[in-house]
Amino acid sequence: MIQVKHLHKSFGEVQVLRDISTTFEQGKTNLIIGSSGSGKTVFLKCLLGLFSPEQGEIFYGTQSFSAMDKNQRKELREHIGMVFQGGALFDSMTVEENIMFPLRMYSNQSQGQMRDRVNTVLDRVNLNGVNKKFPSEISGGMQKRVSIARAIVNNPRYLFCDEPNSGLDPKTSMVIDNLIQEITAEYNMTTIINTHDMNSVMEIGQNIVFLQNGSVAWEGNADNIFNASEQSVIDFVYSSNLFKKIRTIQQQTHR
Amino acid sequence: MKYFSEIGTYFLMLGQVFRRPTKSSVMRELIFKEIEELILNSLGIVIFISFFVGGVVAIQTALNINNPLIPEMLVGYATRQSVILEFAPTFISIIMAGKIGSFITSSIGSMRVTEQIDALEVMGINSLNYLVFPKIIALLLYPFIIGLAMFLGIFGGWFASVYGGFTSSAAFIEGIQSDFIVFHLTYSFIKTLVFAFILATVPSFQGYYMKGGALEVGKASTYSFVWTSVIIILANYVITTLLLS
Repeated sequence: MIQVKHLHKSFGEVQVLRDISTTFEQGKTNLIIGSSGSGKTVFLKCLLGLFSPEQGEIFYGTQSFSAMDKNQRKELREHIGMVFQGGALFDSMTVEENIMFPLRMYSNQSQGQMRDRVNTVLDRVNLNGVNKKFPSEISGGMQKRVSIARAIVNNPRYLFCDEPNSGLDPKTSMVIDNLIQEITAEYNMTTIINTHDMNSVMEIGQNIVFLQNGSVAWEGNADNIFNASEQSVIDFVYSSNLFKKIRTIQQQTHR
Repeated sequence: MKYFSEIGTYFLMLGQVFRRPTKSSVMRELIFKEIEELILNSLGIVIFISFFVGGVVAIQTALNINNPLIPEMLVGYATRQSVILEFAPTFISIIMAGKIGSFITSSIGSMRVTEQIDALEVMGINSLNYLVFPKIIALLLYPFIIGLAMFLGIFGGWFASVYGGFTSSAAFIEGIQSDFIVFHLTYSFIKTLVFAFILATVPSFQGYYMKGGALEVGKASTYSFVWTSVIIILANYVITTLLLS
């Protein structure tokens, strides 16, 4: 579980995050949603410790991140997996080397043991026969799967995903969403996904935090997001033509 | 003010490079990879340039000696001095600022743009130690390149002088051997090591702290070449003043 209390972050004069308090639950897919510029990425980077907030606290379990010393932070990072928007796979390494990288850094396993683990996670993300390929030689969807495999290879407690569906077709997006949800349940991780994709919200939104202008404007889940009364949430949800049409049909049916 | 801020950031970066070391088995591999990319892959261009520039230095010297009172061996002497004191350490380093400097900036800059550096940080790895330290260690072999450039420059001078009919082989070799001061070699290798450090760290700084996309990676590579060259030339002046004057 990750708890955030009264988080503030600004860059110079620009206040990006304002008094954010929320809880991300273990074993669930927690989504941070909001339109572009709402502060989602900054929030995620604060959670990861890549940005330092001016005020507020982030608790990983019962431990406050700001109170941790260097060794505790290093230990925590060994339990964090991250899927970046563009995959962030190392260009100079093969798929196998990319996935093996966290193992080489943090374990003393033999080459054979590491290779077995790589094959296990590659199998888990339904990707086989690409071990010796470079990231540039595989498709965007495959790169995302490799990125997920790298993120889970160390059995992390926390999984962060920054727009895991960006640049993917709807079918592949759904496959990736389902994969993340399955893995979250299987590994009992606290998964936090940064997205503005409404399909993902509907598919895997077990816990949703809606950000607007750097503040939490709404919290809920995929089942009750359509009943939200906040105008900003309604505007966001019905910004897609598909959902607009569904809404129109629903309204006509009710009449 | 911006320049002071950048100088400060550069020194803070250097501090970070030597902190929180990467796992030794991984670092060893990285160092070997950098030796291949920065040192071995530079040999071809260094060999080519050294040989021909050495030849040109010898020809230019020979063509400018019209007075019969000036001994023929001066061609060898002038070639040796030019190559050892300036051409090999400084001229080759400027070329290397273009070759390996741009490579370092663009590779680190691309990693920045594609969030690979963020990925390292999220994994709890000191990205500056991981990326820059192996380059510094690999470039400790840079004096080897410069030593080779010295030898080939002088050999190119001998080849051009003798086979171009400007001087005899014996006169050229006599010139190479006359008034040889060992400290000149020491001076050259001292400044070579300083240039090696500049070549490893300034382009890394430009790549690591760049912001933007692919276009900015190109701009950072250009800045990197300009600033590395400027700093090498300034360092050359300071070291020469301190050691030779």
